[in-house]
Amino acid sequence: MTARPMKSKRQSQRLASIAIHVVMVPLALLWLFPIYLMAVFSTMPDRAIFDPGINLLPTTGFIDNFRIIEDTTGFTRTLINSFVVAVVFTAVSILLTSMAGWALARYRFVGRGAIAGLVLGTLTLPYFVIVIPQYIMVARDFGLANTWFALIVPPLFSSLGVLFMRQAFVMMPGELFDAARVEGVKEWQIFTRVALPMARPTMAALGIILFLASWNNYLWPLLINTQNDMLTAPVALGALIGVTKVSWGGIMVGAVMMTLPMLVMFVLLQRQFVSGIAAGAVK
Amino acid sequence: MTTVTLRNVVKRYGTLGVIHGADLDIASGEFVVFVGPSGCGKSTLLRMIAGLEDITDGTISIGGQVVNDTEPADRGIAMVFQSYALYPHMTVAENLSFGLRMNGNDKADTARRVKKAMDILQIGPLSDRRPKALSGGQRQRVAIGRAIVREPKVFLFDEPLSNLDAELRVQMRVEIAKLHGALDATMIYVTHDQTEAMTLADKIVVLRDGRIEQVGRPLDLYDDPDNSFVAGFVGSPRMNFLRARVAGREGEHLRVVLPDFADAAVTLPIRETPQPGTMVSLGIRPEHFSAQGDGDSEIAVRVDVAEHLGATSYIYAQAGTADQIIIQSASARHEEQNGQPLIVGIPAAHAMLFAEDGHRIR
Repeated sequence: MTARPMKSKRQSQRLASIAIHVVMVPLALLWLFPIYLMAVFSTMPDRAIFDPGINLLPTTGFIDNFRIIEDTTGFTRTLINSFVVAVVFTAVSILLTSMAGWALARYRFVGRGAIAGLVLGTLTLPYFVIVIPQYIMVARDFGLANTWFALIVPPLFSSLGVLFMRQAFVMMPGELFDAARVEGVKEWQIFTRVALPMARPTMAALGIILFLASWNNYLWPLLINTQNDMLTAPVALGALIGVTKVSWGGIMVGAVMMTLPMLVMFVLLQRQFVSGIAAGAVK
Repeated sequence: MTTVTLRNVVKRYGTLGVIHGADLDIASGEFVVFVGPSGCGKSTLLRMIAGLEDITDGTISIGGQVVNDTEPADRGIAMVFQSYALYPHMTVAENLSFGLRMNGNDKADTARRVKKAMDILQIGPLSDRRPKALSGGQRQRVAIGRAIVREPKVFLFDEPLSNLDAELRVQMRVEIAKLHGALDATMIYVTHDQTEAMTLADKIVVLRDGRIEQVGRPLDLYDDPDNSFVAGFVGSPRMNFLRARVAGREGEHLRVVLPDFADAAVTLPIRETPQPGTMVSLGIRPEHFSAQGDGDSEIAVRVDVAEHLGATSYIYAQAGTADQIIIQSASARHEEQNGQPLIVGIPAAHAMLFAEDGHRIR
């Protein structure tokens, strides 16, 4: 008699689990299927992609498609450009945002609250509002169009990053820094040797966010650069659409080559990413 | 060996005064404990001596040198924090050596100092562990070790034992006392726990609301407090305060009556003569109540709760509308039961009188 309610509890749990899966699995497929299709299409000639008989299995056309995109855009070169820009952007941005976050978190100065408020306020501005004035300033006033500097530096300011890092530092117990001060550790050493190592999970999470933002950035590189040898991958891919003959297979190869490294990185760093974001949020 | 001197030290945050003119002399090698309730300014005062808080007015001298504008690191002090403040990403050995390494201290000397501190505190086997892998007591040792490696002239402790459980607290208390004996340095220790203050201090500084109420040796404060705050704060269980009214002089003595206890009269050896009719309070420590017939006067109470601990008993008792009083008795056995009437004696020699503003009437 006593086993009966237990059994029914287990049954209801199983029912709930089935119900959840019935809803979630099709939804998950809805998200994953286009990615799968992208991978499949990258292996097909355009003729096969638009064939009325749908073929969901990969074929052997990947290399041919890659040749098309490589010949028209020099895609490998654009991937390297994108990678270099994203790495430099991420490294410099983490350095700058952590210094700004540290100042806002640890030092008392006139206007500290106003500056923090201003930084927070810029989060509400859509990027498209500032991109044109920014372009005019950088390209016309400073004459920096078609330079690596213009490609990397103007998007560096990341209010999200400043707030992220500030929060991480605010959460650290102040006695740690007092202890270091009493020990005669210099301010910049307190920052680099005590605060930054403790902020590592936050920096890892922020690093992924910043890297992805740069890797996927389309609008700014499109505006500021017109030289072929400085093209980034998203711009190069975009340029393939709009010419009279569009190679969809080639575009799919480019998409696969842009997506895959990010997917691998995210899977590898998933734990740090989640813990870093959680640390900023609740710790 | 270093003295610490405070002269009219003031701390204000804007218009909010936190320390109102503290004067204090700490002798070389002395163990001084700042004690007081939460928010009395004891930690602030310690942080001002450390140089972690600016002082608004007055002077602080360490070893005869005014250090008002000296960086914490150049004051010859080391500090142990309540939270231990260990660097979580460094091992025990790295925690101990960090300050010395950052200051470019000679490698061999750093290693020698770290080893010496580890030997004193017996934490050698823990040297490769991170703080996360240490117990509370071990972390406390490492925090003290980090102070020792600086070879400071003055040790500052900010409530170092308050995060430990009761048993470990007693153990670490003894170790800190031993350490003081071994290092022979001046130590300033902040706590809100008057037991720690009584057991560790050469000299106790009692603070309230940013003012030093009294400075003295532990037993001097206990036996001869200047005011009702110190009398109530030092000693556990705390002193009982019974409402009293001045009745008049009787030769060398002052006679007061206790309105809450059927106007029982107590005659005290006090020289001052407050106006007859003035309301005062009669202070008597729990252990000073005597058995019926032994005191100079007697009061009748009803037992609320009796706690028999074996060696001693605490009897919580009440009479009419008066506040509950605590009676400590070594001889009480099972006869003191809840709800029973009890007559206790008050020995006049142990009773103290306090004016309504709290100052002691002597």
